[in-house]
Amino acid sequence: MVSASVNRAAQTVYTMWLREMIRFSRSKSRIIGALATPLFFLIILGAGFSSSFQVRGGGAFNTSYLAPGLIGMAVLFTSLMGGVSIIWDREFGFLKEILIAPVSRFFVALGKAIGGVTTAMIQGVLIMIIAWLIGVHYVSIWGVLAAIVIMFISGIGFMGLGIALASIIDSHEGFQMVMSFLTMPLVLLSGAFFPISNLPAWLKALVYANPLTYGVEALRYCLLGSSTIPVLLSVFVLLIFSTAMIVIGGKLFGVMRV
Amino acid sequence: MLYAIETKEITKHFDDITAVNKVSIFVKPGELFGLLGPNGAGKTTLIHMLSTMTEPSSGSAKVWGYDVALEPGSVRQNIGVVFQDTTLDDRLTGRENLDLHGRLYGLDGKTRKKRIEEVLSLVELADRADVLVKTYSGGMMRRLEIARGLMHHPHVLFLDEPTLGLDPQTRLHIWEYIKKLNKEEGVSIMLTTHYMEEADHLCNRIAIIDHGEIVALDTPESLKNMLGGDVITLELEKSDDISRLCEIYQKNGCANIVTEKMNEIFITVENGERQIPHILSLASTAGISIQAVSLRKPTLDDVFIHHTGRAIRDKEVSEIETVGYKIRSRRK
Repeated sequence: MVSASVNRAAQTVYTMWLREMIRFSRSKSRIIGALATPLFFLIILGAGFSSSFQVRGGGAFNTSYLAPGLIGMAVLFTSLMGGVSIIWDREFGFLKEILIAPVSRFFVALGKAIGGVTTAMIQGVLIMIIAWLIGVHYVSIWGVLAAIVIMFISGIGFMGLGIALASIIDSHEGFQMVMSFLTMPLVLLSGAFFPISNLPAWLKALVYANPLTYGVEALRYCLLGSSTIPVLLSVFVLLIFSTAMIVIGGKLFGVMRV
Repeated sequence: MLYAIETKEITKHFDDITAVNKVSIFVKPGELFGLLGPNGAGKTTLIHMLSTMTEPSSGSAKVWGYDVALEPGSVRQNIGVVFQDTTLDDRLTGRENLDLHGRLYGLDGKTRKKRIEEVLSLVELADRADVLVKTYSGGMMRRLEIARGLMHHPHVLFLDEPTLGLDPQTRLHIWEYIKKLNKEEGVSIMLTTHYMEEADHLCNRIAIIDHGEIVALDTPESLKNMLGGDVITLELEKSDDISRLCEIYQKNGCANIVTEKMNEIFITVENGERQIPHILSLASTAGISIQAVSLRKPTLDDVFIHHTGRAIRDKEVSEIETVGYKIRSRRK
């Protein structure tokens, strides 16, 4: 009985993941679009900044410095969007088909989350490879693998956040507004584009309250070998954030009305 | 005896509106049961309660022996539902939609593969199974949804307005599929409709529902026979005369008189052919001139008018327009 329900839960998670994968593989334009933004940042900002800035305390502020931030940004965008795509499922009716099935809604949400995170990780890895091709140097292969794990953990967190938002927002107009008020501040306040070691107090408070900061910092440590926030602290915060978000997202999705 | 569907005074309130009011229905296994009523009569709410989408406010219901409130999981495993609006993923192919459904209902790979072929051939979609649902026509999507609802061998199938917004030819096709699957798969079906012909053509028994209450429940034949005989329609020249004429007929022993429009009277009588001269002479004696007379066997429309005092048709046109608009706006 127990193994049957475990089996069923795994099947549910896999089914929802499979759907995301099939849809992802059909949306070539979405993949290219999602890669284009960070690429422009990487090439143009990287070249522009490195010619005029010098990070205090040594170390060039250049393309290498930007790479982890841009990976973090791609993971944020993709997983948040993946979470709120539930709004589209609701709009186009498919959500009813899932909710009428004899499966637990929590595992539906989890499957959806893992599916969305997989797409986020694929994009993160693609950016990582492209950055490497244009000359960013990573410290070790273990660092690269660890970075992929970090992408997964933070992706789950933002996915949970997206699912939670989708469950309480009932129109996609409202959703557009939330997205612009959420994604840009999260990215700008994350240290993706500037070092966070010597910030004014008010800005520092905001940056440290932002979960993406810890994702970007952890990535920076894994890929480049140094970070302002200790990597263990970053990972700890990320784990707490992701667990909390997926539980909240799963709960809100569970009580959502169609 | 086990009923496919069994409701006891099931009721649903939305704020201050009572959508379904103390409905008690028994549907036998293998039956094709219709809920007939105008838009907003409570049909969809009733189906939503029976398919565990909405909880009843009071009363209870069992589907295939399982209580909808206490054992929703078992109910879901035993039912298939085709909702009014499409619930397909249009970025997937027909086959993928069926496959995902099979997975969610716990079918293993071999069973899924076999069953997909079966349901596809039942609705004659095998040749279009591997193209994206986006490219399907409205009728094809409805067929695919019916096929999907059958994937997991449900005992009870709910069809909410299965032919809404489809053209007449496609509608006839869907009717054939519904009849076929009721017969070949032995599945009990509850369908809602506001098309009289649909209920009449398909259903073993019909419950006429209005304002959330069952006003009549029987086989289509018995419902029509209950009115007795034929329906004579009189069209008057002046609508002012209508109440006077009704009175005259009542005095002369015509029981079933209904006025639907301003200048029309429906009279239900036995042996209509022989009554027409008498009815016309009563009118001309009173000096009321009649423009047109027609005689026909009663339809479910007349049954509906008889029970509710209104025609179900009045709302239809505006509704089709809204549906068309809905489909258009979703395509954007």
